[in-house]
Amino acid sequence: MRLSGWGRYPVLEARTHAPRSLAALQRLVGSEPSLIARGNGRAYGDSAINPAATVRMEHFDRMLAFDPASGRLVAEAGVLLGDIIAAFLPCGWFPLVTPGTRFVTLGGAIAADVHGKNHHRDGSFRACVDWIEVMGPDGTLRRCSPQQEATLFDHTLGGMGLTGIVLRAAIRLRPVETAWIRQTTLAAPDLEAALAALEAGQGASYSVAWIDCLARGPALGRSLVMLGEHATRAELPRERAAAPFDTPRRRRLSVPLDLPALALNGAGMRAFNALYYRSGARRAGERLVDWEGYFYPLDAILGWNRIYGRRGFAQFQCVLPPDRTEAGLAALLAETAQAGTGSFLAVLKRFGPQESAFSFPMEGWTLALDFPMGAGTLALLDRLDRIALAHGGRFYLAKDSRMSAATLRASDARVEGFRAHRDARGLTARFRSAQAERLAL
Amino acid sequence: MTGGPVLVLGARSDIGRAVAHGFAARGHPVQLAARDAGSLADDRADIALRHGVAVSLQEFDALDIGTHDAFVEALPELPQVAVCAVGLLGRQDENERDPAAAVRVMRSNFEGPASILAVLANRFEARGSGTLVGISSVAGERGRATNYVYGSAKAGFTAFLSGLRNRLAGRGVHVVTVLPGFVATRMTEGMDLPARLTAQPDEVAGAILRAVECRRDVIYVRPIWRLVMAVIRNIPERVFKRLKI
Repeated sequence: MRLSGWGRYPVLEARTHAPRSLAALQRLVGSEPSLIARGNGRAYGDSAINPAATVRMEHFDRMLAFDPASGRLVAEAGVLLGDIIAAFLPCGWFPLVTPGTRFVTLGGAIAADVHGKNHHRDGSFRACVDWIEVMGPDGTLRRCSPQQEATLFDHTLGGMGLTGIVLRAAIRLRPVETAWIRQTTLAAPDLEAALAALEAGQGASYSVAWIDCLARGPALGRSLVMLGEHATRAELPRERAAAPFDTPRRRRLSVPLDLPALALNGAGMRAFNALYYRSGARRAGERLVDWEGYFYPLDAILGWNRIYGRRGFAQFQCVLPPDRTEAGLAALLAETAQAGTGSFLAVLKRFGPQESAFSFPMEGWTLALDFPMGAGTLALLDRLDRIALAHGGRFYLAKDSRMSAATLRASDARVEGFRAHRDARGLTARFRSAQAERLAL
Repeated sequence: MTGGPVLVLGARSDIGRAVAHGFAARGHPVQLAARDAGSLADDRADIALRHGVAVSLQEFDALDIGTHDAFVEALPELPQVAVCAVGLLGRQDENERDPAAAVRVMRSNFEGPASILAVLANRFEARGSGTLVGISSVAGERGRATNYVYGSAKAGFTAFLSGLRNRLAGRGVHVVTVLPGFVATRMTEGMDLPARLTAQPDEVAGAILRAVECRRDVIYVRPIWRLVMAVIRNIPERVFKRLKI
């Protein structure tokens, strides 16, 4: 069947399997010379596609145990974060770390070591993972944690499924009093103001900025900085405090077909961004937002990836070290605004420190942009790669669909160590994705 | 909403699992019945964690008819709703060669399901309430060369359900016949099914929940099947016998 990631580029013909039992999974691992596990297909590019054998983990979707004293949940890798929220938010628990969509599987969140708006405080997804069980090339399951088989643990978090198949995990949830977030919005008229506002907002539990990546000149980098705190019950208006986990049911929209590429042309996008900035700036200040609107605004539009048309789109996400950030971001944004094919999804975020074998985050600033695929898009992305490299940046593999192996190696000294881990354990030939092939991982 | 317990017979099947989740999500305790029920422990944990209801595992073999009375006797509580998702598609070519294989398909789709529902029907009748749901098949509406062994057993089951409904109408017990059409399950894995005619297990579960609540008698899951089967039933036999469908 034809498979792609969330960006719908590239599209590859792949043989897929959907085993229903441990034994069936073991048979696959034993018989397929090369395979990769796939969760809900939310990585943007070709991370979870192996043309020879892509193993869909959808039948491993059970929650196995929950300890209400510690908030620890044991679940199979195919469980969606959204399922965890649906089951546990009504009892006062929320994921400690969540990416911008709740339609990711637990296994996918581990493989990409995803981050959320609280990275500066809480770190990446690994911060909530107590242990994982990983199936190796011989079909045996190994439980690993920061204490036990720590090397395997360290390389699997952020290892993009290339160290084995994650089958089960124990994660810790965070206690919350309500399903609401106190959101403070600040308008920053330029890049310097945006960085200063995010830096000043470091004390907030959650912080992120939406950037108008098409603004030029003195307005380059103008942003809406959004800070958030879990609202306590006492902070809710009385009518909400009675049922603090009830939120208004929102209408789900879905994009029923691929929009023609024209719908997102440069002028339209520029106008949209300008409008969005102004309306955000007008509504600056504090307000209560429910969890879905705060963490997952795009989840409300099912299939939003189709608005970019049939050719799909590419994400660019890099992180720059703190001392190189201002110059690097200015150059990246200038290049993007110049190209004029930017998007409404441009996000800037401060990362805190992170130690890990191959995860994406590091102390610094991360910028994420998306671009509709078209003539010139790949060349623009290559230019952005070079700018990021020149400023000490590295790249998020969960978003990547087109980077070169040379760029990856130039960006990240850890690649050789990761490859050595794979070679030493006989993983390199067995666990492979189209991305791993492209990046020579 | 909370409700009485729901017994799912054939709980390991994809439709059985989806039905169990569907009722549990509405607050019904569920009893999962299958062979080697202990191996459903992960499903029990999952349903209990997601929906906060009591879940029990019940050892059940549809073909071991002598045990059916004792099975119902041993349930923690007589259920309010019983859904029979037991079935075996088998392979038509094998059924043609091997009478034992054909008999197994017939017993799994007719004798076993009818036997356990008959036992439950008597208990429900004595209590004066309850709903029995039998998952039969559109294949039972007309025998076709490609699956008439399966189809004939389902035809028997459909007639059995119809008779049971007739007998129990006015006795407080309701009987629902479900004709799902194609469903994307383990049973049909690897088959090339037309997407418009193929339901997901969750859709089947949703249709069953509505049918139980609204006391419907016979349901197709996707409405288009009503039309498809009306056409198939009405083709004259001398034409039908030459068709390859």
